[in-house]
Amino acid sequence: MKKLLVLGAGTAGTIIANKLRKRLSRGDWSITVVDRDTSHVYQPGFLFVPFAQSSPDLYRSRRQTLDDDVELIIGQIDEIRPKDHQVDLAGDRTLDYDYVVIATGTSPRPEETPGMLGPEWRSSIFDFFTFEGAVALRQALRSFDRGRLVVHIAEMPIKCPVAPLEFAFLTEAWLRERGIRDRVEIAYVTPQPGAFTRPVASKRLGQMLDERKIALETDFAIERIDNDTKTLVSYDEREVPFDLLVTVPVNMGADFVGRSGLGDELNYVRVDRHTLRSKTYDGVFAVGDANDIPTSKAGSVAHYSAEVFVENFLQIAAGQSPTHQFDGHANCFIETGDNKALLIDFNYDTEPLPGKYPLPVVGPLDLLKESRANHAGKLAFRWMYWNVLLPGRPLPLPNHMSMVGKTTVTEED
Amino acid sequence: MPTTTIDGRPVHVDAEGFLTDLQEWSEPLARALATLIGLELTDEHLRIVRLARDDFAAQGESPTLRRMSSVAEVPIKTLFTLFPQKPAKKIAYVAGLPKPRGCI
Repeated sequence: MKKLLVLGAGTAGTIIANKLRKRLSRGDWSITVVDRDTSHVYQPGFLFVPFAQSSPDLYRSRRQTLDDDVELIIGQIDEIRPKDHQVDLAGDRTLDYDYVVIATGTSPRPEETPGMLGPEWRSSIFDFFTFEGAVALRQALRSFDRGRLVVHIAEMPIKCPVAPLEFAFLTEAWLRERGIRDRVEIAYVTPQPGAFTRPVASKRLGQMLDERKIALETDFAIERIDNDTKTLVSYDEREVPFDLLVTVPVNMGADFVGRSGLGDELNYVRVDRHTLRSKTYDGVFAVGDANDIPTSKAGSVAHYSAEVFVENFLQIAAGQSPTHQFDGHANCFIETGDNKALLIDFNYDTEPLPGKYPLPVVGPLDLLKESRANHAGKLAFRWMYWNVLLPGRPLPLPNHMSMVGKTTVTEED
Repeated sequence: MPTTTIDGRPVHVDAEGFLTDLQEWSEPLARALATLIGLELTDEHLRIVRLARDDFAAQGESPTLRRMSSVAEVPIKTLFTLFPQKPAKKIAYVAGLPKPRGCI
């Protein structure tokens, strides 16, 4: 019996375990998944928590999302020892594997920025990448009726790089609905040179911030937060004052990745960007946010790359060389307020461009353009996530990006 | 690829002036590139620039600020003092490496 070990039962880990369980012989392969806790969370749902009365359907039991023939172990991962093909769990338990998939994602680390966890944390400084943070922010927003609101990204890369933009757009619309937009100044502070990275999307999203009178502060590398003056201070000594700060802290991969010598300085596993295989050990793969591939850390990437990994792994299990290549395909809905959203679709080589999705020319969804249909798509996705994506059922979306019907525009357009 | 003349020699650069051929780099060229962005290179600048080149050779991409700080064992603040405003970009420029990819 051969053993596949999957570390992490999030989006990538769950899809991989469920898809492979359907297609690998049950007599020849065991599949074991390890996670630190029992609940699978629908992370895109956190964005809406600060603005909503309730937060339905954010959690499911991991056991329930996994195929019955996939073993689930709840435990803390201590270290991978790739030369021994073993993983140590806390409490002196060791698991053997033939292949291991690291799918332990990335998480916010507010302690990485001096002053972030100071006296103002959860008083005037909030995050919304955790459920507790999003709920605390909901309370704070309700009593916020004037002043300076700053949306901030500490350092790239972060999970879901469009989320802070969405938060800024939703906040602006929400303040307008409450009739207090004119009493609140909003600023968007980013370490990037623009609103987003790739030029066409950055320009479009920058214009959208501008139309909404959201000030954009770029190239802001944060050194510390001064709690006394409620100010963000950058390394080049710029200061941004706030009354309410909504920050996305530094994101890092799991600590055991660093301890096992498999990661970069942010604990992301170094992998080949087309096969997701460790650059050092053939028996180790990393899929989803846990790896260092140069594309967005996003559920769509976890999903598309998991599908490519599954096809390759079936070839490996059959004693063949893997032939499938991941192209870095990502797509993200961007909520823009007023029940509209925008959709972007891109990969390693091609930046987000205008066009239609999922069918070229036909759509029905517009790329890089606000519409109500895109917003409906974003809301409908939650059902798809639980009922189609995680169980590993086929989703009628292409894993590889299409260029058909897309308009190539340049930065100057 | 456009060619330009720096320090009396033709070199290949991209649209933003970053060298496109690693082999064309030399220490005198680094000094000339630094002058173009208003820097005068000290030994510490050069040590960091060489480490950036070594790291590029090992990792295949220009180091981020965090990476540079860890590789050179200097605080990020020092990198901002040595290469003001956009240290990662300026280090890559002087080191003859591609512009660091914006994280996505």
